[in-house]
This record gives sequence, structure tokens and C-alpha cells, in this order.
Amino acid sequence: MSSERQYLDIFTAHREMIDRHSAGVLNALRGKAYDDFSRMGFPTRKVERYKYTDVSAAFAPDYGLNLNRVKFAVDPREAFRCEVPNLGTSLHFIVNDSFYSRPAPSLPEGVVVCSLKQAAETYPDRVAAAYGRLARTEKDAINALNTMLAQDGLFVYVPKGVEVERTIQVVNLLRSDVDLMANRRVLAVLEEGARARLLFCDHAADDRNFLVTQVVEAFVGERASLELYELEETHAKNHRFSNLYVDQQRDSRVTLCNFTLTGGLTRNRTDLTLSGEGAAADLYGCVIADGEQRVDNNTLIDHRAERCTSNQLYKYVLDDAAVGAFAGRVLVREGAQHSRSVERNANLCGTREARMYAQPMLEIYADDVQCSHGSTVGQMDEQALFYMRQRGIGLDEARMLLKMAFADEVISAIGLDPLRNRLHHLVEKRFRGELGHCSGCRLCK
Amino acid sequence: MLEIRDLHAGIGGKAILKGISLTVRPGEIHALMGQNGAGKSTLSNVLVGNPTYEVTGGSVTFNGKDLLAMKPEERAHEGLFLSFQQPVEIPGVSMVNFMRAAVNAKRRYHGLEPMSAGDFLKMMREKRKVVELDSKLANRSVNEGFSGGEKKRNEIFQMAMLEPTLAILDETDSGLDVDALRIVAEGFNKLRRPETSAIVITHYQRLLDYLRPDVVHVLMDGRIVKTGGPELAAEIENRGFDWIRAELSAGHTETERP
Repeated sequence: MSSERQYLDIFTAHREMIDRHSAGVLNALRGKAYDDFSRMGFPTRKVERYKYTDVSAAFAPDYGLNLNRVKFAVDPREAFRCEVPNLGTSLHFIVNDSFYSRPAPSLPEGVVVCSLKQAAETYPDRVAAAYGRLARTEKDAINALNTMLAQDGLFVYVPKGVEVERTIQVVNLLRSDVDLMANRRVLAVLEEGARARLLFCDHAADDRNFLVTQVVEAFVGERASLELYELEETHAKNHRFSNLYVDQQRDSRVTLCNFTLTGGLTRNRTDLTLSGEGAAADLYGCVIADGEQRVDNNTLIDHRAERCTSNQLYKYVLDDAAVGAFAGRVLVREGAQHSRSVERNANLCGTREARMYAQPMLEIYADDVQCSHGSTVGQMDEQALFYMRQRGIGLDEARMLLKMAFADEVISAIGLDPLRNRLHHLVEKRFRGELGHCSGCRLCK
Repeated sequence: MLEIRDLHAGIGGKAILKGISLTVRPGEIHALMGQNGAGKSTLSNVLVGNPTYEVTGGSVTFNGKDLLAMKPEERAHEGLFLSFQQPVEIPGVSMVNFMRAAVNAKRRYHGLEPMSAGDFLKMMREKRKVVELDSKLANRSVNEGFSGGEKKRNEIFQMAMLEPTLAILDETDSGLDVDALRIVAEGFNKLRRPETSAIVITHYQRLLDYLRPDVVHVLMDGRIVKTGGPELAAEIENRGFDWIRAELSAGHTETERP
């Protein structure tokens, strides 16, 4: 109980200030979150789902917290003219953990995209019905810590039958003159038959140590469709702990796509529950890591109903002394007949020092299902490299082409043309070492 | 153009080439024949710089430059091309991107600007026709899902794109049916300029009927043991290699006689 102490102390000392700068619905869960966090503490590496990441070590340093909600002297709209070519997103900013409001973009009637704090004040019932329902504080220390400290974030609501054509893009910008911890919270509710596409881009504007917890809860109603793209492009001093929870109702469709291009320590937990019959989910992950980068993706897909489909593809390209981990568990519960699930993880280690821990898991309690899972770890194909060099392609370029070919399988799964083209370009730049530091939203430049 | 002097090479400490000397002049076609394991493929791999092989002695100069000191890609830029016995499949790398990278790398080496996308695609189209390579194949990943014959045709297509001055064809005829062999061989002849040289490794006369070598060498146990004109290839086709081996041991007995 050493790393935990400072967070518990901060909370007890500043609870009044935390509450004052947040909203009732969020404040209501803090007490229980505190109890849960103080009881559990940070998970050790003996806890199965945290086997590959030393959580305590990441949370041990003393980071500043902006509990008093001092607005940073930054106008993100000035700093980032963030338009993916031909995509025309509805663009929003979260600086550290504060939502920056901007003139209402043209979204269909009834659609809400706003600050979570504001939403909790304006639509308390709607937020209360969803907030904390998936990210249970008694189950996970990061959930508990985030629920205890988070004051704001993003709220997305799409009413029944409404389709949002425009991509909702949120740039998470880290900006601070001192080392900083940010606790961000996202709540997305898609009612029956609703459709939305979210794009989150993480950036760090300052060369500081950052520690971010992010908890996302997404409720996807019957026949609703959600696409969620996440792109991390921060720097080596960033520590990201993200917990994403998705609940899918009958015949709903979800695509989650996570790209880690640059960062320090990245830990993404994704729990997706197929609650209603016929729901379908696609999960894609692409990790490009070098230097001392560590990236840990941990997924759980819970097949609870009949006729659901899940498809997972995670690919890692590791160079230098980077460490990657992928643990994906597919759970097919009793009664979840006619479940179909494919889990695939493939990894490329470019050096002898790079390490990959891969753990695909499949647990089936139904007797009429189609499931597969597998993982590979390999090196660059020497024969292919030599073949290319014989044709005059230099070794670096040849390696780049092979890595690009490897990553392309994930990129090509992106349904949205401009985004796919942009990501292809970004990943290529990343492999060429041209994304050395984060100085803004590369997706848009 | 190419001067090989007393070349020794091997793989994993095992000696395979035991003193090869060979001179190829501009415009000449040399056929290299020999039984399996004689060292033919080792020679071609050593010439293009395959890092799996170790050179343990001798020298190779190419247009006056020390070939063995160059990286594989530099050898390619200097005009050396190997048609692989087993072309490598590279899933996910499109033929277009692959060839563009290769052509532009060579241009950069020679101080030229990269080719415009339009010019490049036009060149792809023209060269493809020479070897009757289907446009569908040109749009696929490198060699992925190509049949044996398509892979060999693709090798000659790449040769057409890169316009080498010395091409090494390593059993380009193996696995080809009669028609595919004709297309590949005629393609090669069409692409050939007067100064283009070639080393053709083959087991059979048929390819040589098309390519008409100036010189035929027989490689045995890592050495060139016999050199002759095109008639030597015909004789091997009829009689195999045993008579050469017999001649050799007779020769040895003679030289060892006091």
C-alpha cells in the first residue's frame, strides 16, 4: 500500500474541491470507488489480467492533478486545425481531462456530444442510468481510481433510429508545464437503431511525464451500430491506462479499432459483452513500438447470447527493446449457442531484444459453436529481405516494406476510406521514423 | 565485364566453390551446367551477395569494381540481376510498390529523379506485355499465389523493368511447360541489348536452343572442369556428365604419373 496512499490521501484531503468542480451523478459514486480502491489497491502482476504491466510502478511517482479545474492557457482550436482530408469530422477537444466546448457542430436533432460534467447536470437521469454500470469499481482498481477522481470527460448520446453520418472526432490533448495526471471519462449511449462513429486521437503537446486513466463505457442498443477508432500518438513519457467497456444488445454491430503508434507505457483493457442475440463485434489492434515502449492489450469478449459473432485481429511490430503483450480471452457462456468467434494475434519482432507475450484464450461452455484462436510471433523474413535487396531495394526500405505489409492487414480493415488512407500514410511515416515526437494531430496535417 | 578469379566460397563452414575462374565479356552468354550439388546455385548466390554464403577466397570484379565489397542492392544498381531458382513470395507487398521501390532506388543511385507515377505505370504495362504477364498478377502481392510458371515469368518481367547488364538465370527453365519456356526465353531475347550478358544455369538443352550461348562451362565439385562451345551442351544432353568425370580421372592419373 505505498503507491495507493497518495491517491487515497489526495481524495480525502480534496474531496470537497473534486465534487465542487464536477457533477452530482459523478460524485455519487466516489465514496464507493474510494472504498473499493482502498480495499483492492493496485493489482500486482499475480493478477491474471495485469500480468504484463507493473501498475504500481507507473502510479508511484508524484504527478500533479488539476482538481481545481484551472483552465490551461491553450486554445486547442488554434493549435489544431484537425480535419482528416475528405472526412469532415465533428471535432472536439479534451485537454487533459477537461472538455473544451466549441460551437455546436451540425449534428442531427437530438444527438448530444458534450462535456460529461455538463451532461450530468443537464440530463442527470440519462447519465445516472449509464454511468458506472459497466466499469464496475469493485472489479478493477483503475475503474475505482478513475471513478474516485474523474471530474469530466465526454458524453455522446444518439437517440433511437438516428444515424450520425459525420465522424465524431475527439482530440485528447495533454498539455502541462509540470508532470500531470489526467483522469478522463467517456460515456456513449446509442439507442435502438442508432449509428455513430467515434474517433479518439491522443496527443501530448508537452515534453512532460503524463499519467492518464481513461474509462470508456459504451452502450449499444438493439440494431445500433458503433464504430470506435482510437489512435495513440503520444511520447515516451506518457503512461496510458485505458479501460473500455462495451455492452451490445440484440443484432447490434460494433467495430473497435485501436492503433498505438507512439507512446511510453500503454495499457488498453477492452471488455466487450455480447448481451443480445445476433450481436456482432470486430476488434482490431495495431501496435507499432520501438525504443523502450511497452504496450499491453488485454481483451475479454463475453458471448452471453445466441448467434453472436466476434472477430479479433491484433498485430504488433516491435523494434529495439520494445515489449508487447496481448492477452485475449473469449468466453462463450452456457446457452450461447451458434456463437462464432475468431481470435488472431500476429507479431513481428524486428530485433533480438524486442519481447512479445502472447496469450490467446478460449473458454467454451456451449456445445454448438465455431471458435478459433491463435497467435504467432516471428522475425522478418530473411529470404524476402534478400530478394528485395537483389532487386536494388536497400535494407531499411526492404524492412519498411515488410513491416508495412504486415500492418496493412489491420489498416485495410478500416471501412472509412479517408481514415484508412490517412492511417496508411501515418503508419508508413511511423516506420520511416518521421513521427519522432508528437507536435499536434498528425492525423490532420 | 565480369572477372571471377579463383573464387572459393561455402555455407556454414562447408566449402562448395573450390577455385572458380570465369570471364564474361559484354554481350556474351555463358551457360553453366553441372549435376545437382556441383555449386551452380552457390556461384549465382555469391555473385549477388546472398549473406547466407561466405566467400573464403578469390576475387570478383564487375566493370572494374570490386563486386564482393558491395552490398546486394549496390550490385543490383551496378547492373547485376538474378532470376531466382525459387522466387520468394512477399505477402502484402504489391508488385507495383515493389517495382517502384526497386526502379527508383536504382535511379537514385545513378543520380536520377524518381520516376513519375504515370511514366512508371506505362513502363510496367509495356514490359508486362513482353513476357505476357497478366495485369491481374501485376496488381497482386509479389509472387503470392503465383503458379511456378507465373513466378518465372515474373522474374523476367522484373529483369525487363530493371534492365540489367548482366543477368544470371538460375534454372529459370525448371518447372516451366513448353509454351511458358518459349515465352520466357523469347521475352529474354527481346529484352536483350547487344551489350547485355548472361550466365544461364540449366540442366537442359531446351532453354539453350533459344538463348544460344557463346560458351558452355561444366561445373563439378566446385570447379569448372570443362569449357566449350554450344556443342558441349548438346553432348551433355545426349551423354550426361559421367564421361566428363571419367575423362577427368583419366587426366588425373596421367598428371600424377611420374
